[in-house]
Parts: sequence; structure tokens; C-alpha cells
Amino acid sequence: MLIAIWEIISRTGSVPSYILPAPSIIIYSLFSNFSLMGRHILVTVYETLVGFIISVFLGIIIAIIMDGLPFVKKVIYPLLITSQTIPIITLAPLFIIWFGYGYLPKIIIVILICFFPISINLLQGLGSVDIELINLLKSMGASKYQIYKIVKLPASLPSLFSGLKIAATYSIMGATIGEWVGGKDGIGVFMLRAKYSFATDKVFGAIIIITVLSICLLKLIEFIERKSMPWVAYEKNDTLGEQI
Amino acid sequence: MPNKIEVLNIKKSFGSLGTIENVSVSLEKNKFVSILGPSGCGKSTLFDIISGLEKPDRGDIIIDGINCIGKTGKVSYMHQKDLLLPWKTILDNACISLQVKGLRIRQARDKAGTYFNLFGLSGFESYYPNQLSGGMKQRAALLRTYLFSDDIMLLDEPFGGLDAITRRSMQLWLLGLLKNFKSSILFITHSVDEAIFLSDRIYLFSKRPAIVKATFDINIQRPRDYKTFTSAHFNEIKEKIINLLQVE
Ligand SMILES: Nc1ncnc2c1ncn2[C@@H]1O[C@H](COP(=O)(O)OP(=O)(O)OP(=O)(O)O)[C@@H](O)[C@H]1O
Ligand SMILES: [Mg+2]
Repeated sequence: MLIAIWEIISRTGSVPSYILPAPSIIIYSLFSNFSLMGRHILVTVYETLVGFIISVFLGIIIAIIMDGLPFVKKVIYPLLITSQTIPIITLAPLFIIWFGYGYLPKIIIVILICFFPISINLLQGLGSVDIELINLLKSMGASKYQIYKIVKLPASLPSLFSGLKIAATYSIMGATIGEWVGGKDGIGVFMLRAKYSFATDKVFGAIIIITVLSICLLKLIEFIERKSMPWVAYEKNDTLGEQI
Repeated sequence: MPNKIEVLNIKKSFGSLGTIENVSVSLEKNKFVSILGPSGCGKSTLFDIISGLEKPDRGDIIIDGINCIGKTGKVSYMHQKDLLLPWKTILDNACISLQVKGLRIRQARDKAGTYFNLFGLSGFESYYPNQLSGGMKQRAALLRTYLFSDDIMLLDEPFGGLDAITRRSMQLWLLGLLKNFKSSILFITHSVDEAIFLSDRIYLFSKRPAIVKATFDINIQRPRDYKTFTSAHFNEIKEKIINLLQVE
């Protein structure tokens, strides 16, 4: 409906097409430029995935260290929070100066954006595991490693996944911001070039691509979430009849 | 024969809250001993102390002749809640105690699997705890406890959350089960009937801060069955205990 109105407004020419191109034109340009965009998309996806995967590992490790060693948490936690108040966009030029125009600065920006929600959510999950379950393992004389493996990590999977989902929605955006500030390819670069030539249809095309990529990543994580927590499906089930 | 567990003059407070004033309990080999007492009198706290999770303010815990204050892993402990892990199947839940003891998951599953029939759980190995009835969850938790050690078991109100009919059949089932085991058991309950029916001895705790108010040796002959509940001897003891509870 909205798209139909949008189409009509653009077609009648009441808004010039360099400001708001018709959806049909956007779709058309998306397809006709796809071979050109393909390379840019691959670069952005690459930067995002590498950054995201590193964030996952880094986030999990830092969360476990903070949870296991309270004095480390006391030092790192405030630093982490402070680091998040620095707007990433202001750091991006610095990274370009330090690490050049390659993939590295973009990957670092993705990591900076993604690792925080992963780490904080997992930390919160680890901290709120039922103390009685931990005591059960302790009463058996279980080691710290066994307690993490058997109780704490599985119990905080839901928190970890909510962190992963937040991170996933921001990750592509992070890479794109990095590319805006400086780069040779990637969707962000494609957008900049399109902007300079007032090819608004291409800018919109890039926005659609970014959105679609973000949704794909989110869906992938939701899929992994369902697969790795099969018991959740039974949570609301009725119990079976008593069988003695 | 030395006692399996000797609880000597234990005292425990949480801050200003005196929970256990002075309690001594002994558990002989191959015996079933119950602790009966009002809610909040420190029964679960005593189990936490025996299992090494908590340290007493004063007193000793002697297990098999060795002082075991603050030492975990000496006895198997079934907590008041079933504490089954919702993300593991019943089989894997039962395996936890074997894993903690160092068995690989394959071996643990093989070993645990052989007990499912005995514990009335066969066919339910791959079910998650949420798919089971209350009685089955309790049996699964009991199996996990048993697999950790069948030597000394602490059972904290294992049938507390069950309805009367299920509870009665669980009591009969437990008695039948124990005939084949050589375990020494310390058992917490609120139910006078349950305590008399299952035990060789009962310790009656006062309300908080707890002391041992009375002990009863139950000489009703075994095997016991559902007729035991209505026997004269049973009711005689029950009357004595209820009279003592009334005094509070
Ligand atoms: N870790 C703790 N910190 C502070 N107070 C505690 C702690 N554990 C138990 N208590 C207190 O000690 C008292 C005895 O608790 P406990 O769980 O041992 O009672 P109980 O006899 O098992 O009761 P119930 O029959 O209801 O299970 C309670 O008043 C409880 O609030
Ligand atoms: Mg209790």
C-alpha cells in the first residue's frame, strides 16, 4: 500500500526522481547493477562475518573471564561501559589512518560494535544462573570447568543468543560506516559513489541490500538458536500422565 | 560397627538468625534415618552442612570416621527441588553425577541406561524434564543421586511436591527399591506417616533454632507394606510423635 502510493507520487513527477525514485526504478537499478554490486556485497559480507565471528569468540571469552574472576570484572566492566559511550563514527577516521584502506579497519569497527552486546548479555546470563543448580554440582565436588560446561554455559544460552541477535542487526551497519569513511570497495563505498552522482535509485538499492543482509544474518542466528536449544520447544507442553 | 555419618553438636546461624542451636544425629550402616521437623527449622541447612556446601559455626561432621567439614563429594545429596537441568534429557540428567566423577558421556549413558527400568523410567530416556510428571521427575533426580553414590544418600523431602496418592505409591516403590541396595540413608520429611513407614529411626527437631527434641527407634518389622499404615504399632508411634508436635 505504502509502496503503491510511493510509486504513484514518483510517477506523477510531483517529487523529482533524484530525491525519491519510484520503487520500480529502484528494483530495476538493483537488478541492472547487480553484477557491479556483487563484488561490493561480497566485500561487506566478508568484513561483517569476520568481524562478527571474532566478536563472538572475544565476547564469550571476556564474559567468562569477568564472570569467573570478580576482580577482573571490577577493572574491565567500567572500561567497557565507558568505551561504548564513544561514538564509533568518530573513531573510524583514526582506524583508517592507523590501518589503511583495507579490510582491517572495517573489521575492527564491526568488532567494536558487536562484541559489547554479546559480552554483556552473556555476562548477565552467567550471573543469573540458579544458585541451587550450581550448588548441586558443587555438592558432587565438581570442578569449575565442569560447572561451566554442565550448568552455567547451557543455562545462559538464551542470554547469549539475545546478545547475538542485537549484534547481528548492527554488524552490517558497522561495516558500512567503516566503508563510508574510507575504502576501495564494499556497499558503503558503492553508496558514496552513487550519492556523488545523484544516483538516488542506487542508494536505495544499497539500503535494500543492507537490510536484506541484516535480516539474513538475524534469521541464521535464530535458526542456530532453535537448533541448539531443542528443549525450549517442550517448555509449554503438558506433562504426561503419571505412570507408576 | 562405626557409624556412616556422625553429626556432632552442630550449631549454625545466618547472621543474627539462629537456625540450628545444637544438633547431633547418627546414621548407622544400612539404616534409614528420618529427620522430622517444622518448616524453617534448619533441616535443609543441616544437609548443606553434611554435604560440605555450608560450614557450621561449631561442631563436627564425621563421615566414615573422617572429619568432613566443608568437604564436598563425600555423600550423594538429593536437594529439596528436583533440580533437573531443563536443557538435558532425562538420560543425560542422570549422567551428570557420573560425568562429574570423570566418566565419558558414552560410558555414563551406558551405565545410567541400565537403571532406567528399576527406577520406572524406561522408555523416557530421551524426554526432557518438562515432558515428565512430578513423580517421574523425582525418580529421575533420585536416580541421579543414586548414581553419584549408593553408599550414603541424603534425601531432602523427595516426595514433598507430590499429591497424596502418588506419594504413597512412591513410598512403597522406594521401600521395594531399597531392599536391593546397601545404602545408608538420611531422609527429611514433613510427614509423620512417611517417616514412620520408611525409617529405622526418627529424629524430631524443634522449631528454629533447632535442637533434637526426641528420637524414636521404629521397630516395625520389614518388609513393610501398605497394611503397615494401619497397624497398631504404627499408630502407637504416630500418636506419640503427634503429641510431641502439639506441645510446640
Ligand atoms: N544461605 C542462607 N542465608 C540466610 N539464611 C538462610 C540461608 N539458608 C537458609 N536460611 C534460613 O535458615 C532457616 C532454615 O532454612 P532451611 O531451608 O534449612 O529450613 P527447612 O527446615 O529445610 O525448612 P523446610 O521444611 O521448609 O524446607 C530459614 O529461616 C532460612 O531463611
Ligand atoms: Mg528444607
